[in-house]
Amino acid sequence: MDSFCQQLINGLALGSIYALIALGYTMVYGVLRFINFAHADVLMLGAFSAYFLSPAVQKLLPLPGVGGALVVMLLAAMICAGVGVLIEILAYRPLRGRPKLTVLITAIGVSLLIEYSCQHRAVFGAATRPFPELISEKNLEFLGLTISSNDLVVVLVTAILLAAMWFIVHRTRVGTAMRAVSFSPQAAALMGININRVISFTFGLGSALAAVAGILYALKAPGIEPLMGIHPGLRAFVAAVLGGIGNLPGASLGGLLLGLLETFAGGIPGLSNYRDAIAFAILILILLFKPAGLLGKSTIEKV
Amino acid sequence: MIATGGKRWLFLGVALAVVLSYVSGGLNSYDRGIWIDCGINIILAVSLNLILGHTGQFSLGHAGFMSVGGYTAAKITLVCAALLPVSMQPVLLFVAILAGGLLAALAGLLVGIPSLRLRGDYLAIVTLGFAEIIRVIMQNTEAVGGASGLSGIPKYTTLGWTFALAAVTIYVVAGLVNSTYGRGFLAVSDDEVAASSMGINPVRYKVTAFVVGAFFAGLAGALYAHHKQTLTPTGFDWLKSIDIVVMVILGGMGRTPGVILAAILLTWLPEQLRVFSDYRMIIYSLLIILLMILRPQGLFTFKRKKKPNPVPA
Repeated sequence: MDSFCQQLINGLALGSIYALIALGYTMVYGVLRFINFAHADVLMLGAFSAYFLSPAVQKLLPLPGVGGALVVMLLAAMICAGVGVLIEILAYRPLRGRPKLTVLITAIGVSLLIEYSCQHRAVFGAATRPFPELISEKNLEFLGLTISSNDLVVVLVTAILLAAMWFIVHRTRVGTAMRAVSFSPQAAALMGININRVISFTFGLGSALAAVAGILYALKAPGIEPLMGIHPGLRAFVAAVLGGIGNLPGASLGGLLLGLLETFAGGIPGLSNYRDAIAFAILILILLFKPAGLLGKSTIEKV
Repeated sequence: MIATGGKRWLFLGVALAVVLSYVSGGLNSYDRGIWIDCGINIILAVSLNLILGHTGQFSLGHAGFMSVGGYTAAKITLVCAALLPVSMQPVLLFVAILAGGLLAALAGLLVGIPSLRLRGDYLAIVTLGFAEIIRVIMQNTEAVGGASGLSGIPKYTTLGWTFALAAVTIYVVAGLVNSTYGRGFLAVSDDEVAASSMGINPVRYKVTAFVVGAFFAGLAGALYAHHKQTLTPTGFDWLKSIDIVVMVILGGMGRTPGVILAAILLTWLPEQLRVFSDYRMIIYSLLIILLMILRPQGLFTFKRKKKPNPVPA
């Protein structure tokens, strides 16, 4: 029972990170109807921004410490939001209204470009670097369970960000515009919404989330390297599709489910090697019965 | 083997290439290797073109089918090579390739079934998922070498085999699509709803496309195994699938001659860029982005003369 609870907590922490990344995938899908493969690399850039920022921040604020960590996260999120908006303007905006496949391949191209450029020795190099300790890790004893403070931080940050996302999407003007664009770009444009600005905002928001997720992921991972985004990116992508892509609660649910699943499958000897396969197998099974994902609405094609 | 019109010339042309490749024994092993790579990539690109270009089903799992074919064929020759006399080599290779293709076709059937209900991005992720599942299974199966893969596969693949099979692939795919039956592929690609209202069963066409495409990808995998002599699961990750997708898009979706040219170009070009090996993949990814923005219809497609706009501006 103890180990079950332990795994539950680990799974929740991992799932929260996936949920954060999945939110970015799903928001972009909501407004543009395509899968932004470069999202996983924005996550990596977020972790690297934090890596390069933290020595500078350390001069002003104590690190590891809550204040310093917050500043690092905020700055990294801002950098990545800028990168996200830049990618959108340079690579995706010229492709508005083109066939889906074209946009998808471009997204894969952008992803490869970021990965290979960053692997070049003039940029980051392919070697793994140790990630700075932003928040000192303690093990808390609670009801006989050992909880890593990092796991708590991850879950807490995710919960706050999810609530903030909900607030932005449902309670602000720009959120209303996002939902309008997602519902029907033409109608939204007719109502005087600047679609390009909304799309840029969505990219910025999604990329900022990815940056935070990247930092949280790096806190738990042994180190950071230019390909670190691929693995969590793919999982989050599966999570977004699992929950019904384009659907915000679906992405969070999918992320949590996938995190729990991965942790529990990893705990069973013999199964741990098949973790990737299991995630995809479950995705395929769910899509067979609910083609639009768990919470997605299936659309009726009108002729 | 009686083809009509263009198909006959296509078939004859590639058959000629096979004969020529036998005659030109002057090639050194490096060049011969690159030509074999070209042939294998032609098979892969043309077979994916059937699924992606002609039928419009977005598959990101072609490397998965390829690995099924490759591993099956390699295992067969590895087990049987010692038992059979040397003179039986071509027969063994033929059986191995055929078995690889058939097993890959079976995998294609498995992937084709979910495609009945899924479209677009969902189908893309499911095919990607299938390829990853296949890779993980290979990685954990000791019988096929696990994570370190299979090595010491006999070098049976020759230029003749490769181009003969490439010719067969082109012939079958072109013949299939240009036949009366094959119009259904294009119809499904253009508009599924309209196609089914015209009495075309989209399900049947999609599954056919997946099975046939996977079969030829399996053949290519088998040739690849007996050419490179080693197989590792990581060689068949989704980047390999993307490579093949890029060939199809570069050549122009649904245009066989363009796709063949693109397959040759994308095999030959990286070899020429070896000097810039540091920048090779950066250039490659930049090329993909620029191509999509500037020439999304493919490099080798040229628009027919534009019709004059009937409505005066």
